[in-house]
Amino acid sequence: MPANPFNGFTDFGVGIGLRVPHYRHILAEKPVVSWFEIISENYMLDGGRPLHVLDQILDRYRVVQHGVSMYFGSPEPPNREHLKKLKTLGKRTQTPWLTDHLCWGSVDGTYSHDLLPMPYTFEAARHTAQKIREVRDFLEIPIAVENVSSYAEFHVSEMTEWQFLTEVVELADCGILLDVNNIYVSSRNHNFNPLDYVNGVPAERVAQIHIAGHSKFEKYILDTHDHPVIDPVWKLYSRAIERAGRTATLLEWDDKIPSFEEVHNEALKANQFVADMAVTS
Amino acid sequence: MNLLEIQHRMLDAVMQPLTNDEQMQPHNRDGRSMHDVAAEFIKPNDRLSSFERLEIYNRQYWFRVLASLDEDFRGLRAIIGPRRFEALCKAYLIECPSESFTLRNLGSRLEWWLRSHPEHLQPRAGLALDMVRLEWAEIEAFDGAAEPVLVPGDVLASDPDPRFRLQPYVQLLSVHYAVDDLLVAVRKDDSDSEMASNAVSEHGKRTHLRKVARQKPQAIFLVVHRVDDSIYFKRIESEAFKFLKALREGKSLSVAVMQAFEGRDIQENKLLTTVQGWFENWSSLGWFCAPNSTDQDFISASGRQS
Repeated sequence: MPANPFNGFTDFGVGIGLRVPHYRHILAEKPVVSWFEIISENYMLDGGRPLHVLDQILDRYRVVQHGVSMYFGSPEPPNREHLKKLKTLGKRTQTPWLTDHLCWGSVDGTYSHDLLPMPYTFEAARHTAQKIREVRDFLEIPIAVENVSSYAEFHVSEMTEWQFLTEVVELADCGILLDVNNIYVSSRNHNFNPLDYVNGVPAERVAQIHIAGHSKFEKYILDTHDHPVIDPVWKLYSRAIERAGRTATLLEWDDKIPSFEEVHNEALKANQFVADMAVTS
Repeated sequence: MNLLEIQHRMLDAVMQPLTNDEQMQPHNRDGRSMHDVAAEFIKPNDRLSSFERLEIYNRQYWFRVLASLDEDFRGLRAIIGPRRFEALCKAYLIECPSESFTLRNLGSRLEWWLRSHPEHLQPRAGLALDMVRLEWAEIEAFDGAAEPVLVPGDVLASDPDPRFRLQPYVQLLSVHYAVDDLLVAVRKDDSDSEMASNAVSEHGKRTHLRKVARQKPQAIFLVVHRVDDSIYFKRIESEAFKFLKALREGKSLSVAVMQAFEGRDIQENKLLTTVQGWFENWSSLGWFCAPNSTDQDFISASGRQS
């Protein structure tokens, strides 16, 4: 049974991101992994090794696509060529749902290649939700949007980030990829209680959860995905699954990537929180 | 300030070049104080000013795009040196910011841009341009489309002068310097430097570079292709290059042969043997596409009239 209407894949359990340094190990050793998340853009290609490896992964594993450049909040309409490539990849992977970020990153066709934060206004929410609907209608795949880590806030914001996220997903009628590490990072950068965020999002829309590590600097925290998950983030994870129920969970580790076993073992720690939830419920 | 105004202002600030010590510029392009510009739309907090918060994004942008070009053009970097390479990349990105959703395409206009900015490549402009072309060809060959290959059973149909299609990933390149050898050497030095010191690696690169740069410019014809997902540089003769180029342009077999051997006095049996040898070699490398539904000249191995 799905834990909520946007979470029809509770059996997915805990997965990890598919990363190049692990290709050889995965193809040779064929480890037991519940599912892999791929960065869509790395495989929106015409041929070559990335697609060849992906096909071998698809022979054995379930794959979910995660994008980094749809930029739902950017002013221009969705790029048709981009959408076509994404749809082609979706047919290849049979991704059951597809995720990208609640952010912007381009203006008039010039790309920053960054996940830039949204001003939390009703105007921005309406614009973003409309674009999510357009993309979903074209791709014909359920979409969940991810909250990003941010380092800046805007004067014009009219609500909190979690209120903005709620406004967008309800207007777009889409799911949430709740990144609890991003919540923690932003909470430290913007001085809010991260539990308020986790408690404030519509739990019935949480389709997937991200966990990750980050780097602490003197005056701010940077979302670097290059460390293990810290305890406060695990606590947020625990609270998130308490509210949303069993949810597909994914560990992101993108820099200073250790061995496959180390990454996988870090991800599998999430199972303990799921077990604890089962005991207490 | 509405959404679009914020996005224009922020992107403009984020893409403005950093100072030499990698800080955000104190003024924007209009000469206004960046402290004032940032304060207009970004809130400060108890630890960071509006300027400092915006600066985080400004720095991330430049670190990301410069790292991407650094990874894609190690050969060019070795030829002009790391400091000049960084200056070149910054100048290029200011005039040619990314217009693609993927960083894979970031260097797609670099050759074009360098042709009007040769000052970044002196005194080895020819060598450096050849290297840029090779490195871009490698990117195209790495993830270009591969169609089903032509197999011996794909026999010619009624047309005595068919057209052969080259695999989309096969890249044809005419250069004047041995940039293929140099790039392989640079890669090896980079790889060795993971085990030895950077100084040893840089010394190795300089040695290889001097050796190639000293050579007299000569016509070198390269095919950048892939086998089992690995990229290879294959040198071919000028006739073979002209022949492949003609096929790539959609010319028929007889026209391609004519263009390849134009001005050459060659006996017919020698010509036939040469072309046959090319086909045997290139077919074994999978460079020719199998007939598809638009081809009128072939019957596929499965017997289907295409």
